[in-house]
Amino acid sequence: MKLKTLVSTLASVLLIGSQAAYADKWGDQFPHIAATGDIPGMCSYEEMSKKDYSGRTLTINTHAIPVMGEPTALHAEQFEKLTGAKVEVTHTPAGDLYSKAMVPFQAGQAPYDIVFGFSNFINEWKRYLAPVPQKYVDQMTDVTASHIAIASWGDTMYQYPVDGDRHYLKYRKDVIDNPEMKAKYKADTGNDLRVPQTWKEYAEMAAYFNGWDWDGDGELEYGSAEVMKKDDLMYAAFYSRSAAYSKNPSTPGGFFFDLETMKPLINNPGFVEALTDWVEAVSYVPPGGINFGLGDEINSFGGGQTLFSFSWDDAFVAAMQDDSPIKNQVGAAQLPGATKVWNRETNSWDEGFNQAPFFVWGWAVGVADKSKNQDVAFDYLCFFANGANHQADIGIGRFGVNPFMEADFEAEVWTDIGWDAQVAQEYVDTLADMEKSTNRVFPLRVPGTFQFNSALATGTAKALAGQLSPQEALDEVAAEWEAILERVGADNVRDAYAIGVAMEDNEL
Amino acid sequence: MNFKHKFVFLLPGLIVLIGILIFPIIFTVRLSLSGWNSFNPELDFVGIKNYIRLFTDDPRFWESFFRLSFLAVTTVFLQYIIGFALAHMVWKDIKFKRFFRVLFLIPMMTTPVIMTVIWRTFFHESLGPLNDFLSIFGVQPQWLSSPGLAKISIIIVEVWQWTSFMFLLMLAGLLSLPKEPFLAAAIDGASPFKKFMYVTFPLMAPISIGAIIIRLIEASKIMDTVFVLTSGGPGTATETSSFYIFIKGLREFQMGYAATMSFTYLIIMIISLTIIAKVLTKVLMKE
Repeated sequence: MKLKTLVSTLASVLLIGSQAAYADKWGDQFPHIAATGDIPGMCSYEEMSKKDYSGRTLTINTHAIPVMGEPTALHAEQFEKLTGAKVEVTHTPAGDLYSKAMVPFQAGQAPYDIVFGFSNFINEWKRYLAPVPQKYVDQMTDVTASHIAIASWGDTMYQYPVDGDRHYLKYRKDVIDNPEMKAKYKADTGNDLRVPQTWKEYAEMAAYFNGWDWDGDGELEYGSAEVMKKDDLMYAAFYSRSAAYSKNPSTPGGFFFDLETMKPLINNPGFVEALTDWVEAVSYVPPGGINFGLGDEINSFGGGQTLFSFSWDDAFVAAMQDDSPIKNQVGAAQLPGATKVWNRETNSWDEGFNQAPFFVWGWAVGVADKSKNQDVAFDYLCFFANGANHQADIGIGRFGVNPFMEADFEAEVWTDIGWDAQVAQEYVDTLADMEKSTNRVFPLRVPGTFQFNSALATGTAKALAGQLSPQEALDEVAAEWEAILERVGADNVRDAYAIGVAMEDNEL
Repeated sequence: MNFKHKFVFLLPGLIVLIGILIFPIIFTVRLSLSGWNSFNPELDFVGIKNYIRLFTDDPRFWESFFRLSFLAVTTVFLQYIIGFALAHMVWKDIKFKRFFRVLFLIPMMTTPVIMTVIWRTFFHESLGPLNDFLSIFGVQPQWLSSPGLAKISIIIVEVWQWTSFMFLLMLAGLLSLPKEPFLAAAIDGASPFKKFMYVTFPLMAPISIGAIIIRLIEASKIMDTVFVLTSGGPGTATETSSFYIFIKGLREFQMGYAATMSFTYLIIMIISLTIIAKVLTKVLMKE
């Protein structure tokens, strides 16, 4: 018996030792994964090194550096070294990713084997993309169900999951949890300083902490950094602000449209309330904040300029990097809620706390159906998202690679890269709670998505600039949405929208 | 040489002309009669539906057109005044004449998009050097956040970038002027002001008209400055026709409708520039 135990222990040690040896080998050769070494899997460094794609050229259209563009280029370089393939990477601004792929798609060409974009492109891109082969889908055992659903249309996966996105609240812990600040805030306003539970609280605190040097660094600080620049993803910020007022769990059947009648809901009092809040926010963002795109928001909050921010993970991860002035001084929480939510069936407000996480689209990537290098392309994507690369990528804010695997929701993943245990726990709890929520909002993924979002961006931008009142602006958006529905065909939109509604209503 | 031989010699030029000029215009007209968009990428036929939409249901296009007209006329007017003044200055015998001639040409030689990114940084309201400097005097203009100032910011960038071009044309014109009228004016004892008003300016009129028209054609396509500096914002305060057409065509992928707007815009520009050229000729060349 003892001999048997000894042999099995010896075998285990040898097995672990051999894996560690691989980890050292690949970690030494590729500093990016030095912390973890290679992690075994179908697309690990070890497995990729066994492929020979010499003489094959892979073309990729990705985002500009750094967000997603930098990891694409880095993994392309690694892939070249491992497989002998030549990888040509083109970098394109976010606003042009759609058209740069769509123009050749519609012309029946495939200048790029791999195209990066956003997950809400799926409806219009899917007819030009190759489905992800089953062998790759089968090995995605750790990808969350939400992100499998987002990358798929019906039962077919068209987008390879490389990123997981959601909007949540980021705040400065050194202020919100500071007893002196709590006392000062209480004395001045009569209210408690805490992680804002509602958008109204958010506004009160942001306004209070706007325009003075509350962290003593000699610079003025401001209330909130938000994506408010037209055509730079501002509509996503608006949906985040609207969800609490408009996503009523007791009225399933659509957030953007009433699925039954396809009447746009965008100008109902819930959305108008959110836009009214947002117009007020112009007074507590940094100077020029009305022109902040995503990059500005990341730099502003990540650089310690504001008390709050809400959008993708990038600003939070950037704030937690070693070179950040506010490392370990930030906290994450669910998006603020509201004390009332619009009920479109009774045409009245339902009183009571409501909160709805927004699973905003994230980076998505597909392989062109007309590509002659689909085997290389899918191997590249599989390699991009392999365990070792993913672990390294999610810790670098500017990479734009955010949690979408179950393992990412373990606090140790983050404490291992230097986060305080409390910050890490709060972060993973926030993400995990969103996954568990049954009152979620998913992005619009219908024919004409760009037209709907562009119309919304124009309307809300007019309200932020003071050109129209919130109600006028959203009435204009609703009229434009009606016109788009007429052009696209309400039934076409309904068919596609039904899938998103089923996800929101927890039927998928 | 008979007619057929002439035709053979003209053929290469004709083919190039048809290929790069006539075909795109004809294709744009055809596209404008289709409903081509992201979910229906077909050259179907929808008649004049897009034109009806443009003329009856799209005030944003017309707002952007009038905004563009304001920006184009203002920037070209300023470029003309400043460009003419600078050219006049280095036309005379002044010290470091060659240095100034090169210096004034530099903005035109820079890449517009790159320079606009630098201007955007310059105008940045919380991190930019301009407001940092102005804060000494207690002012913090909202260069890109206020609808009025955002227009002025675009005008500043456009004038900075393209005054050089006007300067170049005007200097070339001044250098080509005959000397005799100036000698006659000097003999008559004309003051510098009178010499400019009654000799230089009238002699420069044909060149001025050409320069203004060339710049108006270019300015009517303002796109990169708007795209980089303001994205048409705040709201739609700086949205110009070309930027709006870009949004509809390459952001929303309404290719048929974008073609309708492009073709309509082309017709409007041809008509308005012809009128402007005639008016300028009448006003500046009345003598």
